[in-house]
Amino acid sequence: MALLETKKLGISFGGLRAVNAFDISVEKGQLYGLIGPNGAGKTTIFNLLTGVYTPDEGAILLDGVNLAGKRTIDICKAGIARTFQNIRLFHDMSVLDNVKVGLHNHYPYSTFEGILRLPRYHKVEKEMNARAMEILEVFGLEGYADYKAENLPYGQQRKLEIARAMATNPKLLLLDEPAAGMNPNETKELMETIRFVRDRFEMTILLIEHDMKLVAGICEKLTVLNFGEVLAQGETQEVLNNPDVITAYLGS
Amino acid sequence: MSFVAHLINGISLGSVYALIALGYTMVYGIAKMLNFAHGDVIMIGGYVVFVTASGLGINPLAAIIVSMAACTVLGVTIERVAYRPLRGASPLAVLITAIGVSYLLQNVALLVFGSDTKAFSNVVTLQNLELFDGQLIIKSVTIVTVIVSIIIMVGLTFFVKKTKIGRAMTAVSEDQGAAQLMGINVNGTIAVTFAIGSSLAAVAGVLLCSAYPSLTPYTGSMPGIKAFVAAVFGGIGSIPGAFIGGILLGVIENLSKAYISSQLADAIVFSILIIVLLVKPTGLLGKKALEKV
Repeated sequence: MALLETKKLGISFGGLRAVNAFDISVEKGQLYGLIGPNGAGKTTIFNLLTGVYTPDEGAILLDGVNLAGKRTIDICKAGIARTFQNIRLFHDMSVLDNVKVGLHNHYPYSTFEGILRLPRYHKVEKEMNARAMEILEVFGLEGYADYKAENLPYGQQRKLEIARAMATNPKLLLLDEPAAGMNPNETKELMETIRFVRDRFEMTILLIEHDMKLVAGICEKLTVLNFGEVLAQGETQEVLNNPDVITAYLGS
Repeated sequence: MSFVAHLINGISLGSVYALIALGYTMVYGIAKMLNFAHGDVIMIGGYVVFVTASGLGINPLAAIIVSMAACTVLGVTIERVAYRPLRGASPLAVLITAIGVSYLLQNVALLVFGSDTKAFSNVVTLQNLELFDGQLIIKSVTIVTVIVSIIIMVGLTFFVKKTKIGRAMTAVSEDQGAAQLMGINVNGTIAVTFAIGSSLAAVAGVLLCSAYPSLTPYTGSMPGIKAFVAAVFGGIGSIPGAFIGGILLGVIENLSKAYISSQLADAIVFSILIIVLLVKPTGLLGKKALEKV
């Protein structure tokens, strides 16, 4: 059974059919690309998958459980995490604290224990620190732990966003244009990071990207979206050579 | 010596403003709204202590705890009933609602407790401090007020910086959408903020009424507005800013009363608001909002 499956997913904004009858099936451990021209509805699909928008119709199955219409935090708890096209870190917080926000739901103690600094507060905070440092080390960010997030170099901010998303312990990771605004070297490093995350955590990754080098380099399967509809779907090379896809990107 | 006495009284009054301003600033920082009903929560806190301590004869300390609990419930209820349905509405709608809640609380108090001034008995029954052979008398309530607000300010700073819920608050204040996508319960976090702000309002109410022992349904209104000025003065959204703003405002108010004119004192306080907004709109410790292009 596929890890993520959507069935006839659709949403309209007023008279605009933003996404129509969107079907996708992502296997566990797959690196899956979602591409398409600007305005095709890619980010809208991410927003549907994470509950930011409620779909007008259709189903979103994660491990067979329908998440359509659920609240964002419940979808996060169910195991979908994401990063953003424009980086949305908590800029004023430290790098370590950003990751700890991602850990929020996995380390429980009550507000009262926090106010009164009872023993459990100290114990849990210590565990959280250790876990967050572990995650930072995996991404090679441990040296930046005390930096303010906004002071990190651009490429490292992207990495931190992925680290923060991984801290929520997801089954599925959504990356929205991770290479946006990166130079070729940073893109190359990013490709390695994405591949590393997949291999190390056996993570299933669905990513939106315009950088065809990145897409062709790491994605195993692709779905091409155009005007809210699926234009082509299949193995990466096959899809990229599809005449319809080339027309959609370059015009006829 | 009288200058020192005025200064100390100013610091004491300022500490109360600071406590109230902390509530304003936290709610603004996290929910991005001005809770103008905050001052009236203080008044309710005062009445709860009045009824339980003077009326039912409960130990004053226990009465304060009852009052804190009552104000916490009140604050969370106000948030749930009046503000949460408006999340995502225009800031103006929320602001008008807050003013409405403020009048509602005042009029409910008027209905329940009547318009007559209640004599509030000081809950701080320690001995006054006499210095320099009795030339300088510092009231015990003054000392307690200052100490309590310092403890609360430090505690709150630690809470926001060092605990999970505090981090969730900071995350919500920076980017509600991203916080939610990381699994933070935004509504719950805002409710906790209101709970903390309102319980501090109860403490402020008790200290205010102990220092100025008269209680009417309008008791909270003026200090509430002045505390708002203090929060803006210090930089709204900043906890240390609210504290510094509160103390400075209290000192300025008291010194103006003593040396300029007691009638003009309030005018001076509000002139400061205007000057601060003109010269440094972000307040003393406020952050400059950078527009990213």
